[in-house]
Amino acid sequence: MDCVVTGGNVKVLAKAIHSLSRIGDELYLEPQEDGLTLRTVNSSRSAYACFLFTPLFFSRYVNPEGHGFRCKMAIKSVQAVFRSLATLEKTVEKCHIELDADRNRLTFTLHCKHGLLKTHNLSFQDSESLQAVFDKDSSTNVLKAQPRVLADTVLNFPPSLDEVTVTVSDERVWFRNHVDQEAEPSKAMLTELCLSSDEFDHFEVRARSSVTFCLKELRGLLVFAESTGLPVSMYFDKPGSPVVLSVTDSVLDGNFVLATLSDESGVQTSDRAGTPAPPADDFMNDELESYLIAMDTSMAAGPSVPAPLAPGRVGSPTATPDPWSPAHSEPGEDLTEVEEEPGRPPNKKFRSLFFGSVYPPGSPLGGHTPSSQKVLASDSEDDG
Amino acid sequence: MKFRSKIIDIGCLNHFTRVVTTISKLTKTCVLRLTPDNLYFVLSGKVGNGGVGLWCELSQAKFFDEFQLEGVSAEANEICLELAPDNLSRALKTAQNAKTVKIKLTKKHCPCLTIAAELPTMSSTSRVVTHDIPVDVIPKRLWNDFKEPSMPDFDVSIYMPPLKIMKNVVDRMKNLSNFLVIEANMNGEMNLKIETDLVSVTTHFRDLGNPPWAGGDGSQAGANSQRDPETMVQARVDVRKLQQFLMGQQFNPSKAMCNIVQNTIIHLILLYEDVSLQYFIPAVA
Repeated sequence: MDCVVTGGNVKVLAKAIHSLSRIGDELYLEPQEDGLTLRTVNSSRSAYACFLFTPLFFSRYVNPEGHGFRCKMAIKSVQAVFRSLATLEKTVEKCHIELDADRNRLTFTLHCKHGLLKTHNLSFQDSESLQAVFDKDSSTNVLKAQPRVLADTVLNFPPSLDEVTVTVSDERVWFRNHVDQEAEPSKAMLTELCLSSDEFDHFEVRARSSVTFCLKELRGLLVFAESTGLPVSMYFDKPGSPVVLSVTDSVLDGNFVLATLSDESGVQTSDRAGTPAPPADDFMNDELESYLIAMDTSMAAGPSVPAPLAPGRVGSPTATPDPWSPAHSEPGEDLTEVEEEPGRPPNKKFRSLFFGSVYPPGSPLGGHTPSSQKVLASDSEDDG
Repeated sequence: MKFRSKIIDIGCLNHFTRVVTTISKLTKTCVLRLTPDNLYFVLSGKVGNGGVGLWCELSQAKFFDEFQLEGVSAEANEICLELAPDNLSRALKTAQNAKTVKIKLTKKHCPCLTIAAELPTMSSTSRVVTHDIPVDVIPKRLWNDFKEPSMPDFDVSIYMPPLKIMKNVVDRMKNLSNFLVIEANMNGEMNLKIETDLVSVTTHFRDLGNPPWAGGDGSQAGANSQRDPETMVQARVDVRKLQQFLMGQQFNPSKAMCNIVQNTIIHLILLYEDVSLQYFIPAVA
């Protein structure tokens, strides 16, 4: 692998790596014909992120090893190469990434002003391919907005907030902080922000729904989107199905796939958004109250309460799975109920994203051989 | 019980937010008393709070464009709520550029103070952000605990040095000792002292001036006129409590005074344009 990134694209690459670092600790690198893919996944397998940089992103993109080279390395090491973004912008003219196959390392050379060369030799480990299988085009709901809109929205929530619930109806979107059921519900402050569809570049809601996912991971993508000015698209269906956030332009494609909560609380919170229920103490002629009531009456009913996915539902096998390319399949069918990690509260059912692999129903991930634990592509022997 | 109010002016909103933020830095929970004319943030000087007391009074007309209150009963036309001022501060901060902010008492899953702000957007429709802050309604029989504290029979009353300077001094002293002695006299002199086995440090402030009521008030005149203006009166307090008070200040008061009752209590009074804040720190042996 031998590629060169020049000018402003160095900063874009750096930003992408920084936003991936918000998700996971390891960076999976895979150069292919269609471009260089950088991927990561979090330790609980509930968030996956992937950036594809097409050959046009690079001023030179050569892949002599062809198909088959892939590696992973500690993301902190790669971040260290691109540490100071401000300096990067001012002094780095180009960045050369080259594979040193003999010594099993990847060399990052930053060509800076005044003839200065900074060379970083990062060792890597061979790895299996990391791939999440998702099909955003068949999502029920699609929203697309300028990054500023979403950034302003998340500003309303405290930085410590873990999870946010997004509810959509025909005309509006509500962002609400999700209150953990275990915390005392009466003590938590509830914040809700309502945006109307005309703030979005694209607003397609085919079924009202309400999904809850991790806000921290969304913030990771927003940092990238804001700096590149690319609009963010959000694809989602129902609780339990992953939400896909993506940014695209002609030379890059970034996707963050986040698991959503699938337990009953998803049902209750959507009810809350739906009922106007003016409090008994309140004034009926309050302007804001009537505004809210008017909003609610514009919907035929509250956001639809999707039937929770039956527990124990297993991903159906995809036909002749090709381990190395994203398979097309219905979102939601690729998710399998995974063994809960020790220490996690029992009623918290973040569905672990299951990457294209097909296991017989009920078998925990841990039941497989160590070498296949990291394999997240389907294993042709295990057609359930 | 009903409460409904609205702020339209951005300046008023910013000012109110800063007051609430100051309160939130002083205490985790406090009582908000709402009367037709004023709002009060109160912390009663109970043992549970370390004996620290807080009384902050705001004139509602200076902040709110609309203020409608229906208290517990006709004779007791006020509402007392216990809440976490930090929640209120955070909610108000998100609404800093709002077109309007409404604050009202609602009942969601529990009694709440709801802050609803209409935010401007690029498009024609506004964005509405709503914060529901859970509150505890304080029953009338407990209202006695939250009355305005009476001015202690102080021995010395003096204007404070610039709070920033005081804060810098106290910050450094905190590293050396847990307790600090504040002493002052009627001659405009104040000293901040700490004493440990290894070291003692004193910072002297001169020419601070003494508020006119000292000596002017009938009940005080007797005691004070006999006292030699040079005599120092002191109280020893927990340095962290004093530091917390100084750290929380969000803006410069027009007047800052300190009343000391020998070995009993420190009474700090800050006056801003439309707000007055009193803080009591008990002395320790």
